[in-house]
Amino acid sequence: MRIEIRNGRVVDPASGTDRTASVFVADGKIAAVGAAPAGFRADRTIEASGLVVAPGLVDLNARLREPGLEHKATLDSELKAAVAGGVTRLACPPDTDPPLDEPGLVEMLKQRARLANRAHVHPVGALTVGLAGTTLTEMGELADAGCVAYSQGDVPIADTQVLLRAMQYAATFGHRVWLRPQDAYLARGGVAHEGEIATRLGLPAVPSCAETVAIGTILALARETGVRVHLQRLSTAEGVAMVREAKRARMPVTCEVAAHHLHLCDVDIGWFDSQARLDPPLRGTRDRAALRAGLADGTIDVVSSDHAPVDDDAKQVPFGEAEAGATGLELLLSLTLKWAAEDGVSLVDALARVTSAPAAVLGVEAGSLGPGAAADLCVFDPSAWWLVGQRSLASQGRNTPFLGHELPGRVRWTLVGGQVVHEA
Amino acid sequence: MMGKRNPQLDADGKLVHLLTLEGLPAETIVSILDTAAPFASIGEREVKKVPLMRGKAVFNLFFESSTRTRTTFEIAAKRLSADVINLNIGASSTSKGESLLDTIDNLVAMNADMFVVRHGQSGAAHLIASHLQATGKPHVHVVNAGDGRHGHPTQGLLDLYTIRHYKRDFRALSVAIVGDVLHSRVARSLIHGLTTLGTPDVRVIGPKTLLPARVEGMGVSVHHDMREGIAGCDVVVMLRLQNERMKGALLPSSGEFFKHYGLTADKLARAKPDAIVMHPGPMNRGVEIDSPVADGERSVILPQVTFGIAVRMAVMSMIAGA
Repeated sequence: MRIEIRNGRVVDPASGTDRTASVFVADGKIAAVGAAPAGFRADRTIEASGLVVAPGLVDLNARLREPGLEHKATLDSELKAAVAGGVTRLACPPDTDPPLDEPGLVEMLKQRARLANRAHVHPVGALTVGLAGTTLTEMGELADAGCVAYSQGDVPIADTQVLLRAMQYAATFGHRVWLRPQDAYLARGGVAHEGEIATRLGLPAVPSCAETVAIGTILALARETGVRVHLQRLSTAEGVAMVREAKRARMPVTCEVAAHHLHLCDVDIGWFDSQARLDPPLRGTRDRAALRAGLADGTIDVVSSDHAPVDDDAKQVPFGEAEAGATGLELLLSLTLKWAAEDGVSLVDALARVTSAPAAVLGVEAGSLGPGAAADLCVFDPSAWWLVGQRSLASQGRNTPFLGHELPGRVRWTLVGGQVVHEA
Repeated sequence: MMGKRNPQLDADGKLVHLLTLEGLPAETIVSILDTAAPFASIGEREVKKVPLMRGKAVFNLFFESSTRTRTTFEIAAKRLSADVINLNIGASSTSKGESLLDTIDNLVAMNADMFVVRHGQSGAAHLIASHLQATGKPHVHVVNAGDGRHGHPTQGLLDLYTIRHYKRDFRALSVAIVGDVLHSRVARSLIHGLTTLGTPDVRVIGPKTLLPARVEGMGVSVHHDMREGIAGCDVVVMLRLQNERMKGALLPSSGEFFKHYGLTADKLARAKPDAIVMHPGPMNRGVEIDSPVADGERSVILPQVTFGIAVRMAVMSMIAGA
């Protein structure tokens, strides 16, 4: 199949390109941008004038809920949601049931994802068996099965000796370790950011130091072991400052922010809206401002969807009992565009945070429109707004604090490996 | 959208549920207190009943055990001639796995007119009220009888009633709230009520482990030294200290708590000579309050209980008439 995507605004963060041009796709790859290759005859033409043609989004944190948690979502529903959101490649954390701690589980997941034939799926292996924080997994075997990194999902390793050894072992073989910084004890029982809102609502609180203490520990151990560490879903102003300092000291650390943390804060809990029950919790306005600034200045490398589909029953309970998480794959592009527009960030810089930068953290060739690159593309209308509603989402999870919000950016076509996998 | 609007006021600003004192207009609070005043004397009559809620079914829904609050609500509803059904849910359906909202739907199907809800989770009463709204049952009312650490608005109102009874004008008062503010829904409700009614000086007193973060944001000053904190105040409100607080790392012992924050005659001497002493009950004598003070002439702890029935009658009758 040869496709010509005609006269779109081609934005390729990897090369810093932002110009009107046509993109020519053949044999699953980008054949050329600009002038058609000699003898190119398109089987299909996509008229893209007024639209943005960008690399498909790369999401570092999307839960597909398989295996074991199919009542929340399935691979099929969530990969549909991914391409509907322009996401062509995603990493899924190991917090399934059972956790991704065995090569067989990883192979099966990869196989099922291949059969679904939509977005590419990169499983993140469990760092410890059962995510229990005591025994190391067979990272070598898991790597052979297709794991790109190792993480603990949302379960922190309380025992710092185990964490040190996990990092040492991973560093031995050059494995990447992704950690969501949260101290197991300081966060215990908490459901909302420690501050005026949690105090007023009487919600058990998670202090900011639950994050900074963990970042301090992780950075110290990373310095000790030389492991390449990626910090997931930063939420505090102090945390951003610590990472900025570490990067200044040239530590091999990267980090991400969840898209919802760029826009919401604890005030959005309103009167106990369980859709705003997230982990890490929505923090204060000062934290939100620091996350946005950190993303703009490059301290924060990546925006992730932190996609966590949850069934309605798990949200129709009092706030403190509600399951944390929000569906996010279909909002990632829009929330990134909204941040960029509000803070005066160029489209090429904004899209870098969801394409080339996460691809670099993954360590895969992706997120670029260079000739010969895989034709994983997202064509979207940057000036179209859409209403986030229960019925406008493909994800099985209809849980998001943005229900009822209007957001910019509508995905029109998504291509994976040169095939149109979504059009709207 | 659920959770964005406080469901206790309808579109016209009328009180349809009582979920929290936060955001309740001062006039509404005053009108509840004014409505309660005549009810206070009903209890002294030969026939202790008025027919305001005749034929209405009030469900006392206690997911957390409570004797006093449940009993005073029951008495209040019965004095209003309502039919009262007590459900001790902790021991029934939810332990069989039924969800909170399924329980509510079932009781609505039994034609409940009002739920009096006590629940261990902050926001439980809001959830129920939002659900009734969403399922087209706006005629069923909810009274929050305590939700987690968040609120206990009828307790707050009876505290305000008591303070007004003895001290008249909120705009000239210093009120000290002492003890475990962190876990206290009573403290939160009272603080909202006092600040709404213009109390210029509200103080919270306790160790840092028992005061929530940025509590100053609620319009109070923070004190850790009790003698300094209650100096010159008109009202001292002692909070109940749950025994389980002693098990973790919040406090070393009840004895040490009493040494620093227990209300003794000696400490009370720092307050104004006519200061009143309040406690939401049940009291832990020798932990947060010394017996001679609890039983002393400045204690208004038992009148609080009596006023509590009148205030609950006022709330229930006003809401049911809404």
